[in-house]
Amino acid sequence: MQEIIWLGRGGQGAFTAAKLLGAAYTINDANKYALAFPSFGPERRGAPVRAFTKLDTKPVVDRSQTEKADYIVILDDTLYSPQLHGLLKSTGTIIVNSKNKIDGALTFDADGISAEFKLPTANTVMFGLLVGLSGVVTSDEAVEAIKNYMPAKIQERNISALLKAMQEVAE
Amino acid sequence: MSRKFLSGNEAFAEGLRLARPEVISAYPITPQTIVVERLSEMVEDGSLKAEYVHVESEHSALSCAIGASAAGARAFTATSSQGLLYMAECLYYAAGGRFPIVMMNADRSTALPWNIYGDQRDSLSQLDSGWIQAYAENAQEALDFALMSYKIAEDKRVQTPYMANLDGFVLTHTYETVDIPTREQADKFLPPYETDNRIDFENPKNMAFSAGPDTNYIFKYKEHNGLLAAAEVVNEVEADFAKIFGRQYTGLTENYLTDDADYIIVTLGSIAGLCRETADKLRSQGVKAGVVRIRYVRPFPNREIADVLRNAKAYAVLEKDISFGNEGTVFTNVNSALKKAGVDVPGYNFIGGLGGRNISPADIENIYNDIANGTESINFIGIGGEDNGE
Repeated sequence: MQEIIWLGRGGQGAFTAAKLLGAAYTINDANKYALAFPSFGPERRGAPVRAFTKLDTKPVVDRSQTEKADYIVILDDTLYSPQLHGLLKSTGTIIVNSKNKIDGALTFDADGISAEFKLPTANTVMFGLLVGLSGVVTSDEAVEAIKNYMPAKIQERNISALLKAMQEVAE
Repeated sequence: MSRKFLSGNEAFAEGLRLARPEVISAYPITPQTIVVERLSEMVEDGSLKAEYVHVESEHSALSCAIGASAAGARAFTATSSQGLLYMAECLYYAAGGRFPIVMMNADRSTALPWNIYGDQRDSLSQLDSGWIQAYAENAQEALDFALMSYKIAEDKRVQTPYMANLDGFVLTHTYETVDIPTREQADKFLPPYETDNRIDFENPKNMAFSAGPDTNYIFKYKEHNGLLAAAEVVNEVEADFAKIFGRQYTGLTENYLTDDADYIIVTLGSIAGLCRETADKLRSQGVKAGVVRIRYVRPFPNREIADVLRNAKAYAVLEKDISFGNEGTVFTNVNSALKKAGVDVPGYNFIGGLGGRNISPADIENIYNDIANGTESINFIGIGGEDNGE
């Protein structure tokens, strides 16, 4: 099983990214299974939010919060702390949306890409960076998830941002 | 059939659309809100031809559903936690009036302290209200309960309202892949509601009447038998369901690796999956672990539970509930089943997940270890740990 923890602030769309990953993973294969869930709580703009995606080739029945993740994806660099490595597998990676370098994490200026496509938040950019780094889903599957599960009027910009992020990783 | 990535609330709404309720009356409350939002959207876009009644409270929501059912309509409501408690008076009217209303309850903690997260204290506190009570493990089962519920509740032998329970957040807000049956399949499975228990100007009759000491007990006896009859009807309906939809359910309980099990966890709802996974792990280490998931707490699976625990060395009942001053209510019910069947096996109660607290894989493993070695009769998971309130 592969497990991803998403960290963001209320309104940044961390849970949306968690859902898109789960949807993408399962979209073309009936033998793939996923769970996506938020750290349960009232949704308040600005408050720290955690979300989880679990991916497997058999039904995911363990609904407990992830204790050791393959990836931790952080949408807001003020939420990064070195203690997060305790939630990471030894082979795991932390990806942070930041203009600055962070020891022990990969950083990308995701806000720069989202601004380019006039998106108010970098969640699909971070989704794209994760897909590019991990290969856990294909770009086609990621695009199809956005087409199926995001509102029509914002699909195109989000798909462009996702593809740009994947290109960024490839380079 | 189509496959979608949906939350438990959304999956239930999809199932309900296929069940064609004619009247929906509900008042929003976290974590139930999304199911009624989706249903109102379905009514708005015409894909669900129902009267959607906006009410000012949960008490009115169920009162309205009772009125609709008394007019012969298939009625639905949904609630959670304090909302369920606020409609408690009406629960008894619905059951006593033999109105086969379906309700989705998003299982959530009860105040105080105020808390919106999942546990099962709300619905389990209403076991005596005369409703069938089902507990889903995942979003697919939630959708399937929505379809099966009316067929069970409306059966002439049953005529009893049906509460489908989904663990708050862990099911209602968790997304997973769900198969959505076709309209054609659903219509083949579930015919329109027809009943004599309705207001009919051609054949007027007395409904929702008083019954004094001379006859009251007869109605209560019949109400009890109606609920008991649901056990067999659940099996029949699930057999029909399997023929049309290809998914086979297992009646009032679901057993996992129990045939030769020494140590068995009896539980309900969404935590069962983690229990099964832990049983697998312990089996690989030579421990004969098993799991019983109670799918229906009313009617209670007395015989099924006694049969499966008969040869165990010890059992645990894991529930997100405590009846203050005694023990978890499911534990009480399980113990009664064993006593009636003459089964004498050591049993222990584990209270976990109150107010939405995470139950970890290690917590489940500890339960198996504790019951193998013997422990307190009532155990609160987490108390005694590093961050408890003692």
